[in-house]
Amino acid sequence: MSIPFYLISALTIAGAVAAMTLKNTLHCALALTIALAGIAFLFLGLDAQFVGFAQILVYIGAVAILVVFAVLLTRSGESLLPAKRARTWLAGLAIAAVTFLVLGWSVLASLYGLPNETAAPSVTMQQIGNALMGPYVFPLEVVAVLLTAATVGAVIVAMHEKARNK
Amino acid sequence: MTPLGDYLLVAALLFAIGLGGALTRRSAILVLIGIELMLNAANLNLIAFWRYGPHPEALTGMMFAIFSIAVAAAEAAVGLGLIIAIYRHTQTTDLDRISRMKG
Repeated sequence: MSIPFYLISALTIAGAVAAMTLKNTLHCALALTIALAGIAFLFLGLDAQFVGFAQILVYIGAVAILVVFAVLLTRSGESLLPAKRARTWLAGLAIAAVTFLVLGWSVLASLYGLPNETAAPSVTMQQIGNALMGPYVFPLEVVAVLLTAATVGAVIVAMHEKARNK
Repeated sequence: MTPLGDYLLVAALLFAIGLGGALTRRSAILVLIGIELMLNAANLNLIAFWRYGPHPEALTGMMFAIFSIAVAAAEAAVGLGLIIAIYRHTQTTDLDRISRMKG
């Protein structure tokens, strides 16, 4: 039993629910930040410090800001339609509920076979760096190319048509 | 310490919330937020399995999560760029009203 875990999980899930149900899109983006921060704290609780701080840097520092920019640039926070749900929202909700039931049932059904707690692994930054530069150097290069392509692609896609035709 | 099953249940719930939001909301930005939540739930599973796995010093799950975060960042950048480009054409982010792909 660990109380911090349950507190952080409750905060994360509350943030996620708020991000998906609030009316104002800007509020949704801010609630998403809470959920992402909660997940980062869960990573820290799992002794994955590097991933936790990477999560804070990438998601809270970049993705959440990007979402806020997109909300403000498209003015979707203010120009809200009265009926905001998709016509098939009942089917979507049912699909999500069934997905959770199947996932939860499979977790609960395999509880006895899950591995028990082990001693906290001591992972240093040096080990992560060595792994990234050693066995994982090819994926690292692929990710570098992907990020470059995504940056260039996002700029070209979002560029004004007139500027593109020049 | 918290058992592994609890982490998996939290991740399953997050995934279901993200899926439900992505399927029921009409704003393109909120659909993207739902997809981000689903990706994060998968990352949580990866890290939990890495922590409780027999060989955490091999760093496999952690590396998987790091690359997954990087790919998700690229996805968010391109996705939001596309949303802004579509908004410029149609003046809306309502997915029900974006019914044609012709520019």
